Amino acid sequence: MAKVLVVTSGKGGVGKTTSTAALGAALAQLGEKVVVVDFDVGLRNLDLVMGAERRVVFDLINVVQGVAKLSQALIRDKRLENLWLLPASQTRDKDALTEEGVGSIIADLRAKFDWILCDSPAGIERGATLAMRYADEAVIVTNPEVSSVRDSDRIIGMLDSKTVRAEKGERVAKHILITRYDSARASRGEMLSIEDILEILATPLLGIIPESQDVLRASNVGSPVTLNNAASAPARAYIDAVRRLMGETVTMMVPVERKGLMNRLLGRRAA
Amino acid sequence: MISLLRLISGRTASAPVARERLQILLAHERGLRGQPELLELLRAEILAAVSRHVVLDPEKVVVRMERGKQVSTLEVDIEVPNNFERSLAAAS
Repeated sequence: MAKVLVVTSGKGGVGKTTSTAALGAALAQLGEKVVVVDFDVGLRNLDLVMGAERRVVFDLINVVQGVAKLSQALIRDKRLENLWLLPASQTRDKDALTEEGVGSIIADLRAKFDWILCDSPAGIERGATLAMRYADEAVIVTNPEVSSVRDSDRIIGMLDSKTVRAEKGERVAKHILITRYDSARASRGEMLSIEDILEILATPLLGIIPESQDVLRASNVGSPVTLNNAASAPARAYIDAVRRLMGETVTMMVPVERKGLMNRLLGRRAA
Repeated sequence: MISLLRLISGRTASAPVARERLQILLAHERGLRGQPELLELLRAEILAAVSRHVVLDPEKVVVRMERGKQVSTLEVDIEVPNNFERSLAAAS
């Protein structure tokens, strides 16, 4: 039974695309057949983060408009054979997406994949509402920062009212994924704590991704962080999150950087 | 340990302030959420109820809601035409 999962946040720049790539790759690494779909029409970036930017020929809009077949637009990952990407259009705008068109593509993808991860654009406009429209589950990416928490709350309200599931009286399973978490700053009381965020949003926690240079390093080279350096702290946190998505019980913790003694003495980070 | 650090640095933790501001703001915003739908529903039902007895211009029915801290007010403004008697006769 295929699952449609939207990665959303309301606020921009919190790590939706990075998280979509990392979660998608981690699911594929665990043997699931996965497609990551970019809904950010006009500002696509999932292709870049996945390292497939030079392989895009057809996109989501082409499929919606019948210019290309779904099989022509799907790009298979070069590292993981059960990971696929459906890119967004870079030239069109979000109005080119229709609810019926998206619905029919999602239905086709459901027949082909175990997981369909929809990377939502920022905001609460058409692109974001269409990305969440057919979702069974939602990952709400939140930074420990007031504006991000406020926007997450707004998005949670939309997931509970504007999705097909909500309209049928069913629930979209919602999960909070906290990214860019700095445990040192949180312990000094300079950053909203995990408990504060969860209490305010009243939504269960999927994982805590620590602030890390590995995330930027992975996007620099166009590789999901779980593939680029699976032993890194953020990769381990994403893999734990994915295990929880798959129904496993995994103890919640904030993975920390493993530094060698010399690096620690010299205060240097591994390059 | 935390208070010691704070004593040395002379800074107070800002996270509790963030938490409190968010809780107040979100309590307010969640109250507002869905309000347009509620008002539209109220307007339609009030219009239907009054229209059973008086001929009304649907455009002249205004429903407003103001949320206060302790109580909220629901304001219903219905403009009834001056030839009310005749409207009434026509409606019956």
